[in-house]
Amino acid sequence: MTTELPPGLALQKVDERIMTLNVGPQHPGSGHMRIIVQIDGDYIVACDPDPGYVHRGEEKMAEYRNYITNIPHLERPVIHDSCNILYPYVLGVEELLGIEVPERAKYIRVIASELNRCIYTMYWLAIYGIFLGHSTMFMWPAGDRELLIDLMEKMSGARVTHAHFVPGGVRNDLPPNFEDVCLRQVNYFEKRIKEYAAIFYDNPILIARTEKTGILSRQDAIRLGTTGSVLRASGVDYDLRKKEPYDVYDELDFQTNVLKEGDSYARSKVPWLDMMESCRIIRNALEKMPKSGSVRVKLKPNPKGGDDSVYKRVESGRGSLGCYIVSDKKPEPYRVKLSVGSFRNLIALPYLLKGEKLGNMPSVYWSLNYWPVEADR
Amino acid sequence: MSVIAPKFKFSEFVKSILDNLFWFLLIFALIGVPLVQIILFYVEMPVINGELLTPFLALTWLADPSRTLPILKAFMTTDLFRIAAFPGFGFAALLAAGTIFVERKMLAKLQLRVGPFYCGKIEGILQLMGDGLKLLSKEIIIPAKADKPIFWAAPVIFVGAAAAFVALIPVAPGWVVADVDVGLLAVFAVIGFFPIITILSAWSANSKFPFIGGIRALHQMVSFEIPLILSLLGVVILTGTLNLSEIAASQSAFPWIVFLPVGAIVFFITILAELERIPFDLPEAESEIVAGWLTEFSGMMYGLVQLGTYLKLYAFAALFVVLFLGGWNGPMIWPPFPEEIITKGIEAGPITVQIPGLPLFSQETLNGIVWFVIKTVGVIFFILLPRGVFPRIRIDMLLSLGWYKLIGMAFINIFIALGLLYAGVLGPGGML
Repeated sequence: MTTELPPGLALQKVDERIMTLNVGPQHPGSGHMRIIVQIDGDYIVACDPDPGYVHRGEEKMAEYRNYITNIPHLERPVIHDSCNILYPYVLGVEELLGIEVPERAKYIRVIASELNRCIYTMYWLAIYGIFLGHSTMFMWPAGDRELLIDLMEKMSGARVTHAHFVPGGVRNDLPPNFEDVCLRQVNYFEKRIKEYAAIFYDNPILIARTEKTGILSRQDAIRLGTTGSVLRASGVDYDLRKKEPYDVYDELDFQTNVLKEGDSYARSKVPWLDMMESCRIIRNALEKMPKSGSVRVKLKPNPKGGDDSVYKRVESGRGSLGCYIVSDKKPEPYRVKLSVGSFRNLIALPYLLKGEKLGNMPSVYWSLNYWPVEADR
Repeated sequence: MSVIAPKFKFSEFVKSILDNLFWFLLIFALIGVPLVQIILFYVEMPVINGELLTPFLALTWLADPSRTLPILKAFMTTDLFRIAAFPGFGFAALLAAGTIFVERKMLAKLQLRVGPFYCGKIEGILQLMGDGLKLLSKEIIIPAKADKPIFWAAPVIFVGAAAAFVALIPVAPGWVVADVDVGLLAVFAVIGFFPIITILSAWSANSKFPFIGGIRALHQMVSFEIPLILSLLGVVILTGTLNLSEIAASQSAFPWIVFLPVGAIVFFITILAELERIPFDLPEAESEIVAGWLTEFSGMMYGLVQLGTYLKLYAFAALFVVLFLGGWNGPMIWPPFPEEIITKGIEAGPITVQIPGLPLFSQETLNGIVWFVIKTVGVIFFILLPRGVFPRIRIDMLLSLGWYKLIGMAFINIFIALGLLYAGVLGPGGML
């Protein structure tokens, strides 16, 4: 009986000119994954992304815990974006259990989710900066991210992994005076991220290096199933907050950022523009939010769902993030399936890297808005 | 104050010294004294009061303090002093260490960080020492399939080549280790060594990432050496000499950057590329090829390469100063040495102390050193600055920059120099 080896381990006869590089899992430019790159001189002839080094079995674990105790571990795949990764699960459980969420809780959820989107994007941007050798762009976002982390800490009590969303609302009401602090911090944050243009996005070297590299055309972006900023950078106006508004997104005033180019530069720019939209959404939500009221519906202990299944999806920092929950009249879900944007975007990597130069690998790879842990789940 | 660093207690520091006093004395007696004697054999001894000092009499400064300065002055005339201490290795290493500290603190300020803070009482000033001790204490790991002799030799040769470069730099009038008439050619020869060392170390490591890094370094250095050499031709045309001391002395009225700004810009960009600084740090691009040709170096081998890199940085900055910024020339800012101390001595209450051997350096020398250091530090600052501002560029952009733009600009510079020469404005027999 022969066992099939993974592609990087199998002995394969290759051309003498071609060198196989294992970028990762122990590599400063890979994250928790491996990219098997075959290069001919400086050109990449083939690329095989190999995720799976941080598989945690979240979906299996979810089958042994009830609907409430699933919350703290389901957010682990993306601890920086923990509100957004919990969002579809919470929405789904609410539909299964038939819970109506208070209006104020919906607004708090939107604020928390947008704050988390910014926190995640800043982290992503910091790594994008250091991947391009721009150490200032590593330090600035990592430092400015603290503003929003402080806000989330005030709101939920934890800097990351907030576990703030629960079926039926949010865990706690906002602390007193939160609205003023939030408005101040977010305004300053927006001012800061606009300064990034001068040092990073308008930098001639950055533009020369990332423009017209790794171009993903509109048709390919749709055919490969990419989502989120990658799709919007290729000229597809697709944002679940607009297309399938959940909670109160249909009442808020914002727009989606769409760029036509589809290259690494556009892909790196869309999340940055999205952050400014997030600031707008937060300000708008703070204005429209009911000033008082309940934020949580009291649940029965060990709630049971019907014989039903539900699929909910939201727009996370990395694109469409879906959660499929099957219930079989027990306190535990029968099956929880996370459908994450990272993995969908990673599918585009071999197509984009083929024929590129090795020096473009980090910028193309990280511009896909990919988070290795989320892809592995 | 810090919660991480243990509290420094002076009493415990003194106690630890007293505990080890015996060993200090033993080591000094067995190694220190013979070493001093060996060094003194190379020193031409001065004649003081009609008596020729021998190496054995030289230690009499311990008993007779008035002999200290004449002996020191005699030592300063030797090649050993020049190579090891002042215009040579010690001076350069001191400036290089200062460069590393300034680089860290400056980048930290630029990036809204604190930088080194705990090591040493003032702003982490001893961080470099701590890092050096750490590198010394690390195990040196050599890849199993490496070509061991070459892999071992590469960092040592690298530091040697950088030190040879340092030796050619004139710091003050008459203060240069190797005053050769073809100094600039010698500089080109030394610069030509670095790609060879890089590719040897990268290839001998027998590993993929160092190999790619070495090939990149080879591309980069070779393609930037041509504009580097061409950009300096303008200065040679106008001064008519290759001797670096004479080039520096020729700029007593104005530095060459006034007439040859294009050459200075080209030379500065090629400096950045030769030093593998950001935005030209492709051979060490960490997100692509780990640490490039430095990947397999560990422990003090890595430390040696870093030392060589910063010596090289100092040498290139100093070369820029010598060729374009006027070297040691500058207005006299150093106060003259008070004559009465030499003639009359220092009156300290009832007694008058005569100090023979003063002054150690002439006023012109000290002024030259001060100007040289100020200018070099300024150039080093501008070499460090791009690291906080630019991302890394790609190899094809680098090559097109080197081959198309910089070489073209270097030729423009040569034409400017030739025009100035034939118009009779500058050069031998010119108006200025």
